[in-house]
Amino acid sequence: MRIPLVYNVRSVLQRPVSTAMTALGIGIVVAVFIAMLALAHGFGAALVQTGSPDNVLVLRRGADAELSSGISRETARIIAASPHVALGPDGRPLASPEVFVAINIHRLGDTASMANVVARGVSEAAFTVRRNIRIAAGRRFTSGRSEIIVGQKLVGRVGHTAVGDTMRFAGRDWVVVGHFTAGGSSFESEIWGENEQFMPVFRGAVFQSVSFRLREPAVFEEAKRALEGDQRITVDAHRETEFYASQSELLTRILEFLAFVITSIMAVGAVFGAVNTMYAAVGARTPEIAVLLTLGFKPRSVLTSFLAESAVIALAGGVIGCLLALPINGIVTSTTNWNSFTEVAFAFRVTPGLLLSGLVFAVVMGVLGGFFPARRAAKLPVVQALR
Amino acid sequence: MKYLPLVLANLGRHKRRTVLTIVSVALALFLFASLRSVVTTLDASSRFGGADRMIVQNATGIVFPLPMSYAARLQATPGVTAVSWANWFGGRYGDGKRFFANFAVDPASYLAMYPEFVIPEDQKQAFLRERSAALVGRRLLEVFGWRVGQDVTLQGTIFPGPWTFTIRAVYTPSDKVISDDVLMFHYDYLDERLDRRMSPGWYVLRIADPALAPQVARRIDDEFRNSSSATKTGTEQAFQAGFVTMWGNVRFLMNSIGMAVVFAILLVTANAMMMSARERTSEVAVLKTIGFTDRTLFLLVMVEAGCIACAGALLGLGGAKLLYGTGDFNFVGFLPGFDVTPGTLGIGAGLALALTVASGVVPAMRAARLPVVQALRKVE
Amino acid sequence: MALVEIRDVHKSFQRDTQTVEVYVGLDVDFEEGSFTALMGPSGSGKSTLLNLIAGLDRPTSGAVRVAGAEVSALNAAQLAVWRARHIGFVFQSYNLLPVLTAYQNVELPLLLVPLSKKERRERVTVALGVVGLEDRMDHYPRQLSGGQEQRTAIARAIVADPTLILLDEPTGQLDAKSSQEVLKLLRRLNDEFRKTIIIVTHDAHAAEQATAVLHLEKGVLVERQGTPA
Repeated sequence: MRIPLVYNVRSVLQRPVSTAMTALGIGIVVAVFIAMLALAHGFGAALVQTGSPDNVLVLRRGADAELSSGISRETARIIAASPHVALGPDGRPLASPEVFVAINIHRLGDTASMANVVARGVSEAAFTVRRNIRIAAGRRFTSGRSEIIVGQKLVGRVGHTAVGDTMRFAGRDWVVVGHFTAGGSSFESEIWGENEQFMPVFRGAVFQSVSFRLREPAVFEEAKRALEGDQRITVDAHRETEFYASQSELLTRILEFLAFVITSIMAVGAVFGAVNTMYAAVGARTPEIAVLLTLGFKPRSVLTSFLAESAVIALAGGVIGCLLALPINGIVTSTTNWNSFTEVAFAFRVTPGLLLSGLVFAVVMGVLGGFFPARRAAKLPVVQALR
Repeated sequence: MKYLPLVLANLGRHKRRTVLTIVSVALALFLFASLRSVVTTLDASSRFGGADRMIVQNATGIVFPLPMSYAARLQATPGVTAVSWANWFGGRYGDGKRFFANFAVDPASYLAMYPEFVIPEDQKQAFLRERSAALVGRRLLEVFGWRVGQDVTLQGTIFPGPWTFTIRAVYTPSDKVISDDVLMFHYDYLDERLDRRMSPGWYVLRIADPALAPQVARRIDDEFRNSSSATKTGTEQAFQAGFVTMWGNVRFLMNSIGMAVVFAILLVTANAMMMSARERTSEVAVLKTIGFTDRTLFLLVMVEAGCIACAGALLGLGGAKLLYGTGDFNFVGFLPGFDVTPGTLGIGAGLALALTVASGVVPAMRAARLPVVQALRKVE
Repeated sequence: MALVEIRDVHKSFQRDTQTVEVYVGLDVDFEEGSFTALMGPSGSGKSTLLNLIAGLDRPTSGAVRVAGAEVSALNAAQLAVWRARHIGFVFQSYNLLPVLTAYQNVELPLLLVPLSKKERRERVTVALGVVGLEDRMDHYPRQLSGGQEQRTAIARAIVADPTLILLDEPTGQLDAKSSQEVLKLLRRLNDEFRKTIIIVTHDAHAAEQATAVLHLEKGVLVERQGTPA
């Protein structure tokens, strides 16, 4: 015989303040949980988006970041001539040699705050090799001119990023002629300009990387072997997605670790709160429990009833937590990815899966908190309680 | 105080509830102290920097080098008493999972520039003598199990290939806040292997009068403004502080979480206090009948709340201080000298106080305002 | 002058939407050293009278004077202080704080006056001695029988040497034997120690122990037996 849920609902409503506070406590823990994981996943997602599974990123052998790499024009030519490189509609290889440097710029609104922003020198090919580049405002830079385009996420975060503004770096003035998006990837935190314009002011006639589209995604291993075995060049070939994923590893792991530790500690506190509430509830309702047991409800039903009550209160808290965390979704923040030593701007990412995890987490807290009190209720010696 | 037994007895009424609440407060304050310490440690590391040292870097970005020829010109700049330089090497050891800074330095001038690196004299000489020698921070010995005299090989990332050094010296920083896990080696070794003259990543200067730092900075930057590589000169503190800002809005993040934590705990504590209060109306009535004033009852409840908050604070803040202060915690090298400052402890104590007031005030007022006659009807 | 003087007291209060009139012009005196039992059917206002005398409640009009002081005119803070000095109160149940020992419970009124710990100890011991529970002073209420609990409550009521001892149905929850203990004690307090006692009760035996009995019916003094001592 199940104890009717309406009994629990009415009882809970009898102590509205206490119940609300417990639920809110759990809700806050869930909100922090969701927010921190949204941060970690937002960062990870931005970086994962940055690669395509059918693109290969070639760096100098041993370089663990684009910044530390150096590839000569000759090497770039040899790579582009490889049979594994797909050909574009115009018959030219879909290979993009790129300059990659980090320039020091002030974050907007805080002149003491510095950021290492990526300045990437590209050629026409880059816009095809990387599928999701779109001009969101203005136009592409013109060859031969001191012009740049700014990634959408960078706009407004550092100075002089509006279309038409002039940025100054490396001893030269650069006119911002457009903004671009890149499917939410870390390219959106970058400044792009023409290779030939960047080379003389940065590191001279040397690229940092070559990215190319595989003729077929399946031939990656073959291509990797061929390039790395080629005696004329000393390079490492990486699958783009894997490379950028590994670049995000350190920071993502730190953020996830923080999320885990912080929410665990908070959860213990919230669970204790639930324990207190449920024990008090059981204490106050001792005569009622005795009556239920006398009527013939099994102790197990009493246990389940109280456990359910605790779980439902916690679930309500979980919903509150989700609602509290939801507005964060899409907020853009930035930090330095220490793996690449460059600034990455990314958005908090609250996914349905994350919300679900939050709710499950809440229920778990509720069940943990309610367990011992519920057991106490179930084991109530009836005679004593009736006195 | 003579009322203390009464307060303690009330707390002892529901031992489990009191203990759970105290532990919740302790956990919250522990968390708060930890979060805040991240911010204070970052701040402290940015405050490190000899007042008389300045850093000259490439104005375009730290990743760009400066010409070697600048050394002589910097030395000749009025106000500058010593010049040294270094280059970021970025090598990895083993599987590369444990990151640590390593760079090439001009040995004699660099060590003279940083008296904070405490090195036994014989080791220091050994390091200076040998071109392939390495000077390592003491923590690296612990982390990797290295010994003095051992050969270690780093995989170059910027300068490809395996690079082998012999550990000849170990340094201990004179201040906790200084990283104790850096590896340094001879600039000449870099030059020799690469068969060309490497340009420094940055210069370190000592100046005669710290107060004149802004002038010196301006002078240097003006001089090189139109050269091949414009410079950005600043105090070492400003340089370090700049690195800290690269983290982004850490401060805001930590503070927000801290606030959320404290608020959540407030709910737990207030809830516990309210539950206790609810169960005690008849006792409050009896006390009032005996002649306890409203005010005394108000204070009793507040003191009760205070005891819980106090115990929690001691446990949580004390625990954090003990853990971080005595331990060698540095968050994988990112937060050297991680410790809880007196400021953090102070704020934590303040929070405990605020918690007392916020959680106790409503039950205390209820107790004070309890109309005795009404409550007495419940008593009979 | 009587120790307690009730003059033309009117008392009414709200119960939900109805106004209940308990007293309409009550006049009664209690002499010093008397042991008076207040009896009557429930709802006759016995407990209310006790509350008025103790200053726990205020009359709608009229005066309540105890030992010359007009209790009905004092404010809440003054009343608390006054009560601590002049009144010892015993309820039917829930007298003792369960978290305190018998000793600590009896000590409570003494915490309100400036006394040293040693002085407090002396008085508590004496009070517990009078009620015959010296050997139980470190026991918690749950370790005492009903009768012992009430005797402890009486000890607390006398420990500060109050002017007046008021008891509201003190034997209502006790068996015959325990009731006897309590009442014998009250008798002794009145005979030996000359304490003025007013006791509200249904118990006919209590009436026997008292020197005067007042019957209240619907707020009106119906009968008066016995002479004030």
